[in-house]
Amino acid sequence: MSSFPTSGSAGGETDVPRRPGGRLALLDIERPGNPEVFSAEVRAAAAELIARYPEGQSRSALLPMLHLVQSEQGYVTPDGIAFCAEQLELTKAQVTAVATFYTMYKRQPTGEYLVSVCTNTLCGMLGGDDIYRTLSELLGVGMNETAGTPGEPGSITLEHAECLAACDYAPVVTVNYEFFDNQTPESATELVTELRNGNRPLPSRGAPLCSFREISRQIAGFVDRRPESRSAGGTGGPTEVGVRLAQQRGEQAPSYGPGEQSSRGRASAGRDAAGRDSSTHAERAAAGNTGARTGSSAHDEPLPTAQSNPDAESATGGQGERIEKGE
Amino acid sequence: MPLTPVLTKRFGTNAPWLLENYLKLDGYAGLRKALRMQPDELIALVKESNLRGRGGAGFPTGMKWQFIPQAKPGEQALPHYVVVNADEGEPGTCRDLPLMMNDPHSMIEGIIIACYAVRAERAFVYIRGEAVHAIRRVSQAVEEAYAEGYLGADVLGSGVRVDITVHAGAGAYICGEETALLDSLEGKRGQPRLKPPFPATNGLYDAPTVVNNVGTLASVPYIVLGGAGWHKQMGPDGSPGTSIYSLSGRVANPGQYEAPMGTTLRELLELAGGMSRGKELKFWTPGGSSTPLFTKEHLDIPLDFDSVAKAGSMNGTSALMIFDEDDSVVRAVLKWTQFYEHESCGKCTPCREGNYWTAQILERIWHGEGTPADLDTLLDIGDNMLGRSFCALADGAVSPIASSIQYFRDEYLALMKQPSLTGAAS
Repeated sequence: MSSFPTSGSAGGETDVPRRPGGRLALLDIERPGNPEVFSAEVRAAAAELIARYPEGQSRSALLPMLHLVQSEQGYVTPDGIAFCAEQLELTKAQVTAVATFYTMYKRQPTGEYLVSVCTNTLCGMLGGDDIYRTLSELLGVGMNETAGTPGEPGSITLEHAECLAACDYAPVVTVNYEFFDNQTPESATELVTELRNGNRPLPSRGAPLCSFREISRQIAGFVDRRPESRSAGGTGGPTEVGVRLAQQRGEQAPSYGPGEQSSRGRASAGRDAAGRDSSTHAERAAAGNTGARTGSSAHDEPLPTAQSNPDAESATGGQGERIEKGE
Repeated sequence: MPLTPVLTKRFGTNAPWLLENYLKLDGYAGLRKALRMQPDELIALVKESNLRGRGGAGFPTGMKWQFIPQAKPGEQALPHYVVVNADEGEPGTCRDLPLMMNDPHSMIEGIIIACYAVRAERAFVYIRGEAVHAIRRVSQAVEEAYAEGYLGADVLGSGVRVDITVHAGAGAYICGEETALLDSLEGKRGQPRLKPPFPATNGLYDAPTVVNNVGTLASVPYIVLGGAGWHKQMGPDGSPGTSIYSLSGRVANPGQYEAPMGTTLRELLELAGGMSRGKELKFWTPGGSSTPLFTKEHLDIPLDFDSVAKAGSMNGTSALMIFDEDDSVVRAVLKWTQFYEHESCGKCTPCREGNYWTAQILERIWHGEGTPADLDTLLDIGDNMLGRSFCALADGAVSPIASSIQYFRDEYLALMKQPSLTGAAS
């Protein structure tokens, strides 16, 4: 991919400020905010967030609450700052100091979709830099800028992101933080074009897309109730490549051994208190076999390996068998 | 070295993140067993297993638990906390998010056992804000665990109370540093604290706090079930157990490979189908970008805490980013350095200023405008960053710079004679 400009910066970002937010954003945040714009429902949500932390530690709710006000207004506005300050009995300066520290709090209106391209070293060198440059040209925007009217359908805010912890799927792009794996400039162009046309392509993993405001509400700590989010697959090739290979090769971890058989736990798993009692008896019986040893040293018995233990398959929970079921 | 899936053994099974399926596969068996033990016995067990923290530093977990001061009989017990560091963000690191996506209950089970052991009633899971898929999954799993009596005021009828709050971050790498994480969890800017005092005595809300990584806690139920001896059957004595090696970059089959600690890159590359485009291995990270680079000379170093340290790097998070002969090490190091510059929290001058300047010097070199003296300046700045900040971010930032100059000085010098050989870099 020699299209990389020989004089370009490694991040491909010479034309955009490396840190989000310029002078304009600072001016906006200096505006006195009005906490009254938030509804009773938002106030109830804020109270719910505060209640999740120990008494007297309400400030812990600040990060979630900033996500909450962002979900209401599409970015952290002076109103949002004032609201958090009011709710948590902090000064606006204290809240502003926090809001400007973290990159996920946007200080300018954000699009319906936040498209983040990983341009950290690994993704960047595997194509992420090209993807970012392609999308930037396609949308005609730079870092943290929005194509379209923010908040309107199909509006897109672009950013380059630091490592998104999905290096085995590199290069990755996220839309409202949902992953699109193994992207190319072409596939990312297609993705963004779909979004602009009002469509929502399915992410490679996780739940279907929602809007930036909706996802901010989830990040604030309000659990996603969409049934499809519960059933959404968590895995892809690279996540499972090791276990599948282990299965092919007939390899597994050593079994727990007769004194520690997990099949006992498995038998009792999912039962109520009665089931638990029966396993307690079994446990006591097993403990009895080790004589007068103390609790901790009882675990130091030499344990048979999977090879030497004919029951290894069941003792380890029949792993090979389980993986087949999953396929 | 055989593959030994333990933490990953449920991956690929039928929706293992649902409680009903987790229960079918040994789920919460470790907790049931743990609740029949005394808390001190559990701490002794984890100590004996020599489980070392999977977050990167490799500190012995049992010792961390033991440092939590416990009230003497008759004394009023002070609140203790367990905080899970799920702020995965070290470049190259990608094993905690898949673990939470696929098997959130194993982490929750580990949290409950840890709470019982250190006598904490509350735990917080601090998940990286961008990781919405994991936040969603863990939140749903916590709800399920409450509904079925695994969490709450009376865990499985034992009288033990454990509450878990899932807390999302907001985009700051530094919050993976445990004291910055605690400040962030307290609603502040995530900036590291001076240590000592350590979180074990002065942690969250200034109370005794255990901060453990996701993989560390998820390992605990298996150790309770299998015993310390079982755990020590895998890997070397100094770093026993399994490691989820995350291979990424120029490998044919990138992904998560769980094998005993001490597996070598040569063995792992064989498992991963070799290099991806038929080129030769050039440089790689043993444990994320903050660990000094290795080269093809290091293919046979056992990847465990002690062996990697002996070879001049760190095991870190077992995040193996693999680069081949067509990849420019200067470009890689520049991009990592720009990352550290962006993510330095600004609290400590050596880190804030050092990263600012090294990024500029590297950019100059990359543009063909460097001089050989720049390499001395880079190393000199590095010397002034190392060990001079509150946390390890600055130390980590020096790692790729110093190690790349050590192994690839000629490549830097070539850029000075002949501006930008960069076309071949990507």
